[in-house]
Amino acid sequence: MYLYSLTLQQPTGILAAINGNFSGTKTPEIVVARGKVLELLRPESSGKIETLLSTDVFGAIRSLAQFRLTGAQKDYIVVGSDSGRIVILEYNPSRNTFDKIHQETFGKSGCRRIVPGQYLAIDPKGRAVMIGACEKQKLVYVLNRDTAARLTISSPLEAHKSHTIVYSICGVDCGFDNPIFAAIELDYSEADQDSTGQAASEAQKHLTFYELDLGLNHVSRKWSEPVDNGANMLVTVPGGGDGPSGVIVCAENFVIYKNQGHPDVRAVIPRRADLPAERGVLIVSAATHRQKTLFFFLLQTEYGDIFKVTLEHDNEHVSELKIKYFDTIPVTASMCVLKSGYLFAASEFGNHSLYQFQAIGADPDVEASSATLMETEEGFQPVFFQPRGLKNLVRIEQVESLMPIMDMKISNLFEEEAPQIFTLCGRGPRSSLRILRPGLAVSEMAVSQLPGVPSAVWTVKKNVNDEFDAYIVVSFNNATLVLSIGETVEEVSDSGFLDTTPSLAVSLIGDDSLMQVHPSGIRHIREDGRINEWRTPGKRTIVKVGSNRLQVVIALSGGELIYFEVDMTGQLMEVEKHEMSGDVACLDIAPVPEGRQRSRFLAVGSYDNTIRILSLDPDDCMQILSVQSVSSPPESLLFLEVQASVGGEDGADHPASLFLNAGLQNGVLFRTVVDMVTGQLSDSRSRFLGLRPPKLFSIVVGGRAAMLCLSSRPWLGYIHRGRFLLTPLSYETLEYAASFSSDQCVEGVVAVAGNALRVFTIERLGETFNETAIPLRYTPRKFVLQPKKKLLVIVESDQGALTAEEREAAKKECFEAAGMGENGNGNLEQMENGDDENKDDPLSDEQYGYPKAESDKWVSCIRVLDPRTATTTCLLELQDNEAAFSLCSVNFHDKEYGTLLAVGTAKGLQFSPKRSMVTGYIHVYRFLEDGKSLELLHKTQVEGVPLALCQFQGRLLAGIGSVLRLYDLGKKRLLKKCENKLFPHNIVSINTYRDRIYVGDIQESFHFCKYRRDENQLYIFADDCVPRWLTAAHHIDFDTVAGADKFGNIYFVRLPQDVSDEIEEDPTGGKIKWEQGKLNGAPNKVEEIVQFHVGDVVTSLQKASLVPGGGESVIYGTVMGSLGALLAFTSRDDVDFFSHLEMHMRQEHPPLCGRDHMAYRSAYFPVKDVIDGDLCEQFPTLPLDLQRKIADELDRTPSEILKKLEEIRNKII
Amino acid sequence: MQASDRFNINSQLEHLQAKYVGTGHADLNRFEWAVNIHRDSYASYIGHYPMLAYFAIAQNESIGRERYNFLQKMLLPCGLPPEREDD
Repeated sequence: MYLYSLTLQQPTGILAAINGNFSGTKTPEIVVARGKVLELLRPESSGKIETLLSTDVFGAIRSLAQFRLTGAQKDYIVVGSDSGRIVILEYNPSRNTFDKIHQETFGKSGCRRIVPGQYLAIDPKGRAVMIGACEKQKLVYVLNRDTAARLTISSPLEAHKSHTIVYSICGVDCGFDNPIFAAIELDYSEADQDSTGQAASEAQKHLTFYELDLGLNHVSRKWSEPVDNGANMLVTVPGGGDGPSGVIVCAENFVIYKNQGHPDVRAVIPRRADLPAERGVLIVSAATHRQKTLFFFLLQTEYGDIFKVTLEHDNEHVSELKIKYFDTIPVTASMCVLKSGYLFAASEFGNHSLYQFQAIGADPDVEASSATLMETEEGFQPVFFQPRGLKNLVRIEQVESLMPIMDMKISNLFEEEAPQIFTLCGRGPRSSLRILRPGLAVSEMAVSQLPGVPSAVWTVKKNVNDEFDAYIVVSFNNATLVLSIGETVEEVSDSGFLDTTPSLAVSLIGDDSLMQVHPSGIRHIREDGRINEWRTPGKRTIVKVGSNRLQVVIALSGGELIYFEVDMTGQLMEVEKHEMSGDVACLDIAPVPEGRQRSRFLAVGSYDNTIRILSLDPDDCMQILSVQSVSSPPESLLFLEVQASVGGEDGADHPASLFLNAGLQNGVLFRTVVDMVTGQLSDSRSRFLGLRPPKLFSIVVGGRAAMLCLSSRPWLGYIHRGRFLLTPLSYETLEYAASFSSDQCVEGVVAVAGNALRVFTIERLGETFNETAIPLRYTPRKFVLQPKKKLLVIVESDQGALTAEEREAAKKECFEAAGMGENGNGNLEQMENGDDENKDDPLSDEQYGYPKAESDKWVSCIRVLDPRTATTTCLLELQDNEAAFSLCSVNFHDKEYGTLLAVGTAKGLQFSPKRSMVTGYIHVYRFLEDGKSLELLHKTQVEGVPLALCQFQGRLLAGIGSVLRLYDLGKKRLLKKCENKLFPHNIVSINTYRDRIYVGDIQESFHFCKYRRDENQLYIFADDCVPRWLTAAHHIDFDTVAGADKFGNIYFVRLPQDVSDEIEEDPTGGKIKWEQGKLNGAPNKVEEIVQFHVGDVVTSLQKASLVPGGGESVIYGTVMGSLGALLAFTSRDDVDFFSHLEMHMRQEHPPLCGRDHMAYRSAYFPVKDVIDGDLCEQFPTLPLDLQRKIADELDRTPSEILKKLEEIRNKII
Repeated sequence: MQASDRFNINSQLEHLQAKYVGTGHADLNRFEWAVNIHRDSYASYIGHYPMLAYFAIAQNESIGRERYNFLQKMLLPCGLPPEREDD
């Protein structure tokens, strides 16, 4: 089996973000690392965040830094990754790429202990960069300019210190003196030797300054001084005339200003009043704001509170450090203060946001200072505060993030054309259920009812130079309605259009006149109001029309074509007639090319399943240039010029090519390239769009021509970042559409459906999915679908949180203390269903997080959710420190209850210092009120955590610790029927198929089991020989299962065919053999047939088809919030083609951050039988000559390769 | 170091041990081996952000806190070293 791997949704979480001017203009930009993807974002002045560039680097990005050479206008990007190389990138705005300026190898690849890449620090003047590892190694590279002003990089200078753990490094701002880097270091060499533990307890962290002597080209340890043992992070303090220089050391509970030859200035971080005493306060992210005359730091704690740190100084001496409560936002991985007055907060989990500064915390607030530091016998006394609503920041934009995807299931619960992906995302109070649908989101601007059922709609401008449309013209069966567009849209009668007849086409013709084609003629309305009518000869009627701004072709019943052109005076003149062999099904004329008189091509579709291209040139007018036969009569034709781009912000330069698109009656969209000179058709592709024949309309998206295809659902064909994409819209079935442009809505669409007129715009171009989010209460763990009842049951649990009642009580107390009373925020339901704006809730948990409790306290709930209405129909909070971890729906074979719900819980679970628990339970619930609510039937005590539950032959299989047990339903409890205790560690997944049970162990991969009913015995007949830390499992077929491990690999294992046959034929089912198992393992071993490193922890796997009628692929969801698919190839030719393409891509286009592609995909185990589609899909971004070179080696043309890539993508989504 | 010593197996080993932390030797005891493995593991967890996030979810801590905890654990990953037998 060969698989094609394709990422459907790039990771949405962010691990690091930096800001600067990367394109060299004044606009601030942000570069974010999303695991293996590097992205350039630009916050627009409107507050919207636009993604300019997104590149897969096929490596794990670990750190980012930006620097600017003195006097330059442009920032460079330094990337620390797992490649064992330092890479310096420059953003190239004209080609829209990251250009690799330098790549220097210094060590082995992989995320290793002593190979640098984890930390990056920059000299604030841009003269040197330090790259460090967790332990020992630190390298300094000197950056400079050569005579041609190009960036140069030196060979590395070592600043190693062995037996030393590094916590953080940063550059020290010392103006133009020798660059200095600071590091928090901890020496462990003595602790390793001393068995009394004295050395370990005395181990002291040090703050060390490393000086780079630019004259000697040497790095020396300049200064090292003990620092607070809780130190974890360093922040550069401006120096060299702008400030006192030195560093801010963030430590647990403290911030300390330190500099060489300067006494420590220490302040205590204010504490949340409700924080348990044993918890510290750790700073997890920091941002610096610098202006000419002032600077301050924003430090965020692990609870989300941001503090503003200011220094009182006289440019040399710091007299006081003040730390003042600023605001509280969800915990971030990185914060960026932008010059434009925004704060970009890259959340560690959940949506990222952009905030605008309302104030800079000048008002008095809870504040601690080094001057008021009080030391008592219990240590330093903190100041307490209570988080409050946002005062200094206001959120203006959110960027959606699925991180982390905890569970995912794909089902067509809503009975739409394509299935929906249900994902459990987020953590704690920011958790949500997100329903993803493949397609673009649409925002509806207006819906208005019309007096009848319209058949068509057009928009027209009055003049070719007008910016906005003047009229919307709606045609009915026997009339035409004209609406004028202004402040409001209203009906007019003075437009000159004939309103007593249906219309076939309405358009602007010439420069400033309008044309209405109706069945019996053409009405030409001149700008001055004169009207010319052309009438059809005899009793014949016009059936089809094709037109552009200067040319009109009409088809009369019977198959006669008449061709008109607009002459110099603006008159519409008949030019030529042509008799077709039969009735014309559809017509289209290509748009007039820039600077030309006319377009050369007319496409005519006939009912004999052909499309003909006719010439409109005066020399060979109405000559047939080419003929294309298609599978079904064409319904609609559209010429679309696909100019992928010529430089600019849209990627590689491609010449424009003219595509003829045809919607066929069997629902297929047929696309073919038209040769600009000869009119020959080549390179055809087809795609099934829906059950109705697609009607094609030309609209404008992002300033370029795009195509709207209306089948049983609407689709949009458009160009995004240099690629043509055909994506469904998440909107209802439409009848007819036209582009719409007005003051309020520049790029919209007006469409008719039923008896309504709809105006909408298309949003978030380039995204694969659009999502609907439903908030949840705690970290969701697992869920089951109830397809018949269209309900979801979700189990949620959080560690170290207070129960709902305790939280309420604490909140009440806090409000009373603040004298606010409790206006409507008391009840639970409101807290639950309030949307994320939550204006009336001054302390929304989503913003502030749940108050922390002791780590052995759990809260948990079971929820029944109706996804259609987004309402929770039943919510059971578990009591007594119980937490739910697994669930399944089960039908016991001979009981009267029907479908029951089994939930596995643990009471008092603790992970550290040692994993322990009070007891485990399996709850059995009965569904009431048509599945909408739950009633506890009984609770069965078990000795471990039931992490996996599954129905099996009318009974319940439970994985409890290392025991697999079969239960039957009893009156008071579950009845133990049979068990097998031979599993190695912890059972985390159970899948069943026929009489086989596929058990996944947390640490030891899969075990294949069988149940013998006659002997009532469960036994393992095969297992895996590779230790795999399983995080997700899915059953593929009788002999095959797919799994994913903690290290980011996906693999398939299969029982060899002969072994499988033997077991099935063996009357004992392989049991005799089992009894003689070898080396404590099963007698048979499964074989690994597929292996692929995703580079992200996969948390869920499912086999599903996202395309109606398409083949099934394995879809996975990851912790970083990405979704991907693995599709099995169906032909050997395709395998050959793509593996060769992949091979050439590896050679010609090595990954950006210097990681070898093959090595990355084989990071833990050699990649086996999976072709990386993400790499193949970078083919269109290559320069044209390189594309041609690769294509030649594959004996194809570049366009054939593009077509192949498009085809295989269309099979998946 | 003399030229002949450079190819001596012992000096090669010493070179490796100096260059790559965690290279074993003939007298490596169980504790030292385990300490190395643990430090390598923690460094790997810190380096792979998705894994760090995975742990952070399991323990309901922030990712920054989790990273700090792992770094702290690198000091004494396996508890105190056993007493040396003086021979």
